[in-house]
Amino acid sequence: MHVRRKLALAAVVAAALAPAAAVAQEPVKIGVIMFLSGPAAAPFGVPAKNAADFVVEQLNAGKGPAPYATKGFGGSKIETAVVDEAGSTTTQVTEFRNLVQRDKVDLVIGYVSSGNCLAIAPVAEELKKLTNFFDCGTPRIFEDNDYKYVFRTSPTATMDSVGAALYVRDAKPGIKSIAGINQNYAWGQDSWGDFEASMKQLVPGIEVKTSQMPKLFAGQYNTEISTLLGAGADVLHSSFFDGDLEALILQGAPRGLFKKSMGVLTTGETVIHKLAAQIPDGTVIGARGTFGPYAPHNAYNTWFHNGYKAKFNAEPNYASYQMAQAILGVKLAWEKAMAANGGKRPTNEQVGAALEHMSYEGPGGLVRMTNGKGHQAIMDTAYGVSKLVNGKMEIVKIKRYPAEMVNPPEGVKSADWIKGGFKK
Amino acid sequence: MNEILPVIADGIIYSAWLFIAAIGLTLIYGVMKIVNVTHGSFYALGAYAGASFTGAWLAHGYPPMLSYVVLLAAAAIVTLVFAPIIERGILRFMYAKDEVVILLITYALFLVLEDTIKLIWGVNPYYVAEPYALLGSFDIGGLPYPTYNLILVGLALVAGGGLVWLLRGTRVGKLLTVVIHDPEVSRAMGINVGRYYLVTFTFGSMLAAIGGSFTAPTVSVVPGLGVDVIVLSFAVVVIGGLGSLPGAALGAVIVGLVRSVSVHYAPQVELFVIYFVMALVLAFRPRGLFSLAEPRKI
Repeated sequence: MHVRRKLALAAVVAAALAPAAAVAQEPVKIGVIMFLSGPAAAPFGVPAKNAADFVVEQLNAGKGPAPYATKGFGGSKIETAVVDEAGSTTTQVTEFRNLVQRDKVDLVIGYVSSGNCLAIAPVAEELKKLTNFFDCGTPRIFEDNDYKYVFRTSPTATMDSVGAALYVRDAKPGIKSIAGINQNYAWGQDSWGDFEASMKQLVPGIEVKTSQMPKLFAGQYNTEISTLLGAGADVLHSSFFDGDLEALILQGAPRGLFKKSMGVLTTGETVIHKLAAQIPDGTVIGARGTFGPYAPHNAYNTWFHNGYKAKFNAEPNYASYQMAQAILGVKLAWEKAMAANGGKRPTNEQVGAALEHMSYEGPGGLVRMTNGKGHQAIMDTAYGVSKLVNGKMEIVKIKRYPAEMVNPPEGVKSADWIKGGFKK
Repeated sequence: MNEILPVIADGIIYSAWLFIAAIGLTLIYGVMKIVNVTHGSFYALGAYAGASFTGAWLAHGYPPMLSYVVLLAAAAIVTLVFAPIIERGILRFMYAKDEVVILLITYALFLVLEDTIKLIWGVNPYYVAEPYALLGSFDIGGLPYPTYNLILVGLALVAGGGLVWLLRGTRVGKLLTVVIHDPEVSRAMGINVGRYYLVTFTFGSMLAAIGGSFTAPTVSVVPGLGVDVIVLSFAVVVIGGLGSLPGAALGAVIVGLVRSVSVHYAPQVELFVIYFVMALVLAFRPRGLFSLAEPRKI
C-alpha cells in the first residue's frame, strides 16, 4: 500500500511537472515587420531582416556576447513570423491583428514607417501586445500619448535633426540660409520642422529659402531641384530615404545641387556604399545614431558587424543596427522579467515592466530608455562628411554628440525643447 | 523673365516624361477599350531591363554613347517577351467581358508582374547613372539642366508625332481607326482584328517600357516603381479624355506646367494641385477635354 501511494504521488508530481517542462521549452514567437517590397525594401527592409535573421540565429545557438549569451530568450528558442510592411496603414493594422490574434505571437518587433508606427501603437495597446518599434522616427508617438505595451529602442528623428543642426553650425561658419526637401508625411515634416527650428535657435536670423515637400516615392525631382538651385541656400537639408534619396542624388548630382549648397542627408548612410561616386565630397552624412561608420569599437559591434558581413557579404546599415538592438533589448527585458518571475515564462506586462527605464549596451552603443516614461530610447549621435578615397566613401571630420545634447529631457516635447533653446 | 524660364523648362520636361508614360495607356484604351493597369508593370519592366542591359553594356566597356540605343532596345526586347504572352495568352479571351472585369484582370496581372519582376531582379536597387550625365548640361535662366532631358522631350515629340502620322497617314492607321470605331463590322469586312489588338497592345506597352527605360538613369530602379506612374498616367489621360492622343498631350502639358508652377511658387499645394485640376476638368467635361461624341448602340 505504501509503495502504491508513493507511486501515485510520483505520477501526480510527474503529471504536474510535464506541462511545466513543455512550457519551458515552448518557443518565443516574435512578429517581425519591415518592408520586403517597394522602394523601402532594399535600403531598410532587407538589411533589417538580415539583421533579425543573424541575431536570432546567433541567440538560438547561444553565440551572442555576454549578457546575450544565453540561448534564445531565457532558454526558449526564438521563432519569427515575418510580415511585409508594404501597403497602406490599414493593411498594416490588419496584419498586426492577424499576428496577434491568429498567429498568437508573443511580441512584435517592427515598423520602418512613422505613419505605420502612429497607426499601430493604439492597436498594440488595445490588444495588450508588447510591441517594440525598431526604426520609425516620429517623436509624436510618446509625446502625444502614454502607452503601456509600446516601446521604441531607437531614438527619434529629433535627435537626427538637432545633431545635424549642431554639426552644420560648426562646419559652415557664417551660414546665412537653409533650404529643405523632405517627404510629405510624418517623418519628413517632423524632420524638417525640428531642423528648421534648431537652426533658428543656433543661428538667429537665419533665412529659410524654401521647403520642398514632394509626395513619398514621387521619384521625379527635377522641378524641386531647379527651385533649390534657384534658392541657392548655404545648406540643403533632406531626410529623404530609400529610392527617393537615391533618385535625389542621381538627379541632383549632375546639376551640382550638393556643390552649390552643403548637403545634409540625415539618412545618407544607407547609400554611401551604393552611390559613393555620385555623392560629392563634403556632404554631411547621418546614420540616425551611432550606427554603421559611427558605431563604437565594442564587443557587441565586433560580433554584429563582422558576423553580418560574413553572412551576407554586405555592410550592415543603420536599419540593421536598429533591428539588432531592438531584439537584444527585448531579450534582456525578457530574461530580467523571467528571473523576477521565479524562472517562469514572463507575461507581456512583466517584460514591459522590465524594459521600462532599462539601459543596455548594443552594437550601436549605450541605449537608455529614459523618455516617454521609460518607453523611448535616447542615444548619442554622430555626424561627419563624405570623402571619396580610391572609389570608396569614407566619413571624415566626425563629431559625436552626447545623448542629452541632442534629445529632449523626459516629459518635454521635442518642439518645445528646441523652441525653448535646448534647456536641460 | 529669367525666373519664368526654369518654371517653363521644368514643366516641359515633366510633361514630356508624363506623355511618354501615358501615351501607350490612351492608345490601348482608344483601340481596345481596356483600362490597362499592366501599363505600370511595363514601365517597371522597361526600367529594370534598361538599367540591367545598359549596366552590362557599360560594364563591358562598350561605347557609352550607344547606351541610349541599348535603353531603347532593352525596352523593345522586354515588351516583345511579355506583351504577346499577356495579350494572346489571357486578354484575348476576355474581350467579350465588361470593361470593369477586364480592368480587374489587368490589375491582377499587374500584381503578378510585380512579383515576376522581384523573381527576376530581386528587391535590391539597380542603378545606371552614366547616360544621365554623359551629354553634359545646358543653362536655362541661369540653372543647369542635363542635356539628357532633351532626349526625353525628343522622345515625346517622336512618339506623339509618329502615332498621329501612323493613324492618319498610313493604310494601317486607317484600318486601325476602323477597328476603333467598330470591331465587329471590321471583322465582317475581313480585317484581322485580333492581329490589330495584339500589335496595339504590344506597341502601347512598349511605349510604357520606353518611358521606364529612359527614366532608369535618373532613379534607383526598385520594386513598386510602376505604381505611382500608373496613377499619374491615369490623371493625364482622364484630363485629356481616355483614348485621345491630342488629349493625352494636352493633359501632360497641363499637369506638367501646373505642377512646375506650384513647386516653384507654392510647394505646399503641389500634392493637391494635379488632382484638383483633374477634378476641375471632370466637373465641366466628365469625359475629358478631348472626348468625342459616341454613337449610341442599340
